[in-house]
Amino acid sequence: MAHPNSIEAQQLVRVFKKGLRAVDGIDLHVEPGEVYGFLGPNGAGKSTTVLMLTTLLPPTSGTARVGGYDVVHEGPKVRAAIGAALQEAALDPLLTGRDHLRLQTMLQGVPRHERRSRADELLDRVGLAEAADRKVKGYSGGMKRRLDLALALVHRPSILFLDEPTTGLDPQSRKALWAEVARLAHEDGVTVFLTTQYLEEADVLADRVGIIDHGRIVAEGTPAALKAEIGRPTVEAEPADPADRERIAGALDVFGERVSRSPRSVSVRLRDGASGLADVVRALDAASLPVENLTLHAPSLDDVFLAKTGRSLEGAAEEDETEA
Amino acid sequence: MVATQVGAIAMRSIARTVRQPASFIPPLVFPTMLLAVNSGGLASATGLEGFPTDSFLAFALAVPFIQGALFSTMNAGTDLARDIQTGFLSRLSLTPLRGSALLAGTLGGVVVLGQVQTAFYVLVGLAAGVDFHAGLLGIAVLFAFASIVSLGFGALGSFMALRTGSGEAIQGLFPLLFVFLFISSMNMPRDLIEIDWFRAAATANPVSYLLECVRSLIITGWDGEALALGFGVAGALAVVAVGLAAVALKERLART
Repeated sequence: MAHPNSIEAQQLVRVFKKGLRAVDGIDLHVEPGEVYGFLGPNGAGKSTTVLMLTTLLPPTSGTARVGGYDVVHEGPKVRAAIGAALQEAALDPLLTGRDHLRLQTMLQGVPRHERRSRADELLDRVGLAEAADRKVKGYSGGMKRRLDLALALVHRPSILFLDEPTTGLDPQSRKALWAEVARLAHEDGVTVFLTTQYLEEADVLADRVGIIDHGRIVAEGTPAALKAEIGRPTVEAEPADPADRERIAGALDVFGERVSRSPRSVSVRLRDGASGLADVVRALDAASLPVENLTLHAPSLDDVFLAKTGRSLEGAAEEDETEA
Repeated sequence: MVATQVGAIAMRSIARTVRQPASFIPPLVFPTMLLAVNSGGLASATGLEGFPTDSFLAFALAVPFIQGALFSTMNAGTDLARDIQTGFLSRLSLTPLRGSALLAGTLGGVVVLGQVQTAFYVLVGLAAGVDFHAGLLGIAVLFAFASIVSLGFGALGSFMALRTGSGEAIQGLFPLLFVFLFISSMNMPRDLIEIDWFRAAATANPVSYLLECVRSLIITGWDGEALALGFGVAGALAVVAVGLAAVALKERLART
């Protein structure tokens, strides 16, 4: 029996017309009260997964239970248990923030005498009390996202789905949203399923991260465990003269395996860890190979993505956009 | 719960329209302008033998009621298409909102606006000196008829929006609906149309019966046949269009 706040999926698949397998057999287990970061580039299958888990898209095969209910056969019960802010903040530009909350409280069946106080409470919580009576068309991107979050919380859901909640936001708005999501999880015990293409977001917010690429989960664990799995830092050398790139690559190959980070530079995951950096500097100097920049990268989630897929997350996003 | 949902959606529909002057002023102004132009330019038609009234204004006053309803089609359809395009419909899909409540609320808003348009045209007619032969009760029947016509055309626009998900497709429907209006008994009683194909087309065109129903209340009084045909056509349109829209909504709301 699944826990009321948990999310579980087994071999979830979604195939679109023309045979595109957007989600290709993923397994998920998200614990109650956990913040689960679903990390991947554009087109990896994140949003399709969210649509299936929120009952808006039937899976082609596989099963999923959200809040203890089957997403295919118990859709209304799933929807009653969850709140969701989907990829685009779908708001009506002609309505005010308060109008949106009034509509949402009515549709979610909030008792009449509680509607106003609930709307005020949420507006206050997301910092929109002063802008509540302004039309949404005058809101900034960050304000729209915060209103979107408030709307998802109207009926006090125990599970929250956030699909790329901070895409396009300035750093200040992003951090404000992170703080609210963290508060929801840690103070209110809400289970949060968060998709993102930002490494920092997953690193800061998520208790566990699932990395998805081409519809499959390629790695899963806590950010610390995933990075520890990679273990060793990477040294990146940017040649002063681009013509020296291959010679630099040859000089660095003896220190570890080559990884692809940027077409202009050469990156090697150091076999002996950070202590190998001094040897790298000596080797470049001995070969008279001047470098513009020499950077030591601690293992990051991007390194995890790189190790699991052979591409960097940023590069993968560009690649997928080109394919599209 | 369902009543609350219908009310919430209808309130939103009305608020949206009221906050977009471009969506409610043209349905009032353009038909009134056309009425003024036609009643001036075609006034001599009242001299034709068999023309049912000596006031072309009274004859033509039926047209804005139907034109206004055509604008309702556009408003209901484009609003719903926008909701689909922006993802707002997905937001609504995540609530316990019933499909029937969404449709009823949307169309409820259209009907309310249809009532406002009807009140406006009745006032325009009274101000211009038109004598409503069916009296106050006739005006009440006119409001009821306008509700059914707005419901039918609003549902037609909603159906198109739900099928296509495109506001542009709805806009493309508008000229077609106007062709129906112009190839009708809009400017001349059918029995006085001399061109055979035009008379046949106007007779086959259901819009003619909508116009003649309204017209009968204004210039004749109580004409059972015109009322039966008008209410029959409007009712049939409403039933078919609401049915189609309901099926299309079920397909569009693909939630499990």
